[in-house]
Amino acid sequence: MNGSSVRWHRIADYMLVVATVAEAVVFSAIAPGFFSLANAVNVLLSVAVTGILAVGMTAVILTAGIDLSVGSVVALTGVAGAMAAAHGFMPATMALIAAVLVGTATGVVNGTLTAYLEVPAFISTLAMLTIARGLAFIVSGGRSIGDLPSSFGALGRAVLLGIPAPVLVMAAVMLVGSFVLRRTVFGRHIYAIGGNTEAAWLAGVNTKRVIWWVYVLNGALAGIGGLTLASRLGAGVPNAGQQYELDVIAAVVVGGTSLFGGRGTIAGTLWGTVFIGVLTNGLNLANVDPYVQKIALGVVIVLAVIGDEISRRKRAAG
Amino acid sequence: MQLAAEALVKRYPGVLALDGVGIVVRGGEVHAVAGENGAGKSTLMKILSGAARPDAGTLTIDGSIVRFETPHDAQAAGIRMIHQELSLVPELSVAENIFLGAEPRRRGVVDREQQTRDARAVLDRLGQTSLDPGARVATLSLAARQMTEIAKAVAARAQVLIMDEPTAILAQAETDALFRVIAQLRDEGVAVVYISHRLDEIFRVASWITVLRDGRLVTTAALGGLSRSEIVRFMVGRELATGYPRRTGEPGAELLRLDGVSTGPVRDASLVLRRKEIVALVGLIGSGRTELALAMFGAAPIRAGAMRLDGASFQPRSPRDAIDAGVALLPEDRKRQGLVLMGAIRENVSLPSLPELARAGLVDRVRERAGVTRWVEALAVRTPSLDRPARQLSGGNQQKVVLARWMLRHSRVLLFDEPTRGIDVGAKAEIYALMRRLADDGAAILMISSDLPEALGMADRLIAMRNGRVVGELSRDEATQDRVAALILGESAAA
Repeated sequence: MNGSSVRWHRIADYMLVVATVAEAVVFSAIAPGFFSLANAVNVLLSVAVTGILAVGMTAVILTAGIDLSVGSVVALTGVAGAMAAAHGFMPATMALIAAVLVGTATGVVNGTLTAYLEVPAFISTLAMLTIARGLAFIVSGGRSIGDLPSSFGALGRAVLLGIPAPVLVMAAVMLVGSFVLRRTVFGRHIYAIGGNTEAAWLAGVNTKRVIWWVYVLNGALAGIGGLTLASRLGAGVPNAGQQYELDVIAAVVVGGTSLFGGRGTIAGTLWGTVFIGVLTNGLNLANVDPYVQKIALGVVIVLAVIGDEISRRKRAAG
Repeated sequence: MQLAAEALVKRYPGVLALDGVGIVVRGGEVHAVAGENGAGKSTLMKILSGAARPDAGTLTIDGSIVRFETPHDAQAAGIRMIHQELSLVPELSVAENIFLGAEPRRRGVVDREQQTRDARAVLDRLGQTSLDPGARVATLSLAARQMTEIAKAVAARAQVLIMDEPTAILAQAETDALFRVIAQLRDEGVAVVYISHRLDEIFRVASWITVLRDGRLVTTAALGGLSRSEIVRFMVGRELATGYPRRTGEPGAELLRLDGVSTGPVRDASLVLRRKEIVALVGLIGSGRTELALAMFGAAPIRAGAMRLDGASFQPRSPRDAIDAGVALLPEDRKRQGLVLMGAIRENVSLPSLPELARAGLVDRVRERAGVTRWVEALAVRTPSLDRPARQLSGGNQQKVVLARWMLRHSRVLLFDEPTRGIDVGAKAEIYALMRRLADDGAAILMISSDLPEALGMADRLIAMRNGRVVGELSRDEATQDRVAALILGESAAA
């Protein structure tokens, strides 16, 4: 009965922007080399892969689901992309096709298990986490797939107008993701399902099919993320992307997307990603012990979730 | 014990929920609280039960001021609320629930035998001799769960019992049993605060009534001195047109036909819905009414039998199929099945129509807003903005939002499952008028209702179900309360 959840939500987004700026001001004062354009680009580059993955994860979490497999899928698709490029025929294109196809395939498995066989997403994607990692090691023979044609590195290392290609990929994925969620029937169905699956079904939404597509697209996006990372590394590395799923989920949750589903935006996810990137970068430059950094990140995640819970209660009370 | 509230004020952002409301509840009395949705009943109950704190005003128990920070404080003072949505732990037994948090112990361990004996004693006291203390709550009927909840309050020696629409989930026989328990508790000196929309019940059970409207106290009076229409006038602030809107013309052509349909607990059900006609589907809870409606809506699989819509075979395999064929369902539980509560009114209305409102997968927001606005205004949904979350609307307005959803699609078969449950008197009359208008415009309407006077008042034809079977059909002229009751109860009594 209060103003409206929309307003509250805006304030929450806005608070994250303020927090990010405050964070930047503090680090500018205490961390040598933080306040520079080069470092700003550096921060964005460091979060690019996380940011790409976070778009798909936002959609997954909006349906009240979760995808724990993205880190392993990043490794598997990176290896697949590198192997496709190794033949030397149109290396960049073949790498992209291979990575996206393999990523999509993992998404098909996740989506089928979760949506149609009703395996809890936590379990089905946890299984995929170990399976995809195992596959990455098997197909690569446990070694990095390197020594690739130079065009393989384009996606990860090219710079356009001073902006690294991975940052541009992240920006493009976020723009498209935001548009899809806000403007398309598919996006509206995602919100409806997360808000109330049964009501959405009784209003004619094919809930299973929508959820299936969310996991499939998330797999495809993980393929783009995996290839971006492999391209940057110049090799397909089977143990790449370890625990990326946790970073990605953290960025989405800090960005205000509710783990209960139905509420969240890509704009929030962008700010969650940047906030964590600035935190990590600033603590690094301030020479803070990496173990202490982990603690700081943990504290931030908990604070974000508490903030989300409080705003939820306020609205529930209204 | 006497619980008194004085000059309570409670403000939520943008709304004054209570504006100087007072109430005095005395032991040995049943005090009804009535008012339309949004009148402030639930806020008042929240304050009395410690779930909300007033911005101003005082609570006193036997003359001394008390302050409740949490429901726990209120419980410690002997005040308990029996919620509409019951708050038992389904996986625990009746006895474990009754003594949850207050288990009898011996040397630090729960004394289960003592607990069972104590539970038995409390249940016996309430006349619930057939309720087994060892039964798992999940296996019980709603009525038995409610009794368990009451037993829990009695075991905790509650002196004030607040009941929020307790009969909404009960069948008639269960309601009678509940009223016997309420009367007994009253005679034992407990104060019962009884919130209800149903005036019949208020007159049956209560001796005092407090009526709220728009957050203000309208009246507190002994029920003996008030007539029904006076109370309704107090609640809505205006005279209601009495009676139900009647059909003017003849029923139209047959639209939906069921031949020997079996689904869930329903066996071999046959019926016909015609244009311009309202058919009431009556029966006890569990008789299969809702399941049959779900099957017509493609939301439950059909084991046997066939359906025809407008002469053509109709085999919906999902709600989507049914919706596309022009069938609509207004589900029983608006909050769980009808609405995405956190979503905007606009989104809730347009949800099933998004494919039609979109081009190449993109929602045409101008068309969406135009379509939604048209029906939200036509149905007089009271809201300052289409972008308000559906959660913020009263029950009646929420129901109108669900209805607007189907009007936008021009659905021609409308299945209303308990359309006025939990809706205040004023909004009920509006819903009735809308249903009649839809029928007059050519829709075929099926109305499931547990409220017999409502079913008799609205229906052009009644179909009765019992134990999963269609057991009879009565025209409006044949239908009397006694005949319908005989059908749904299975009494061979001549009507």
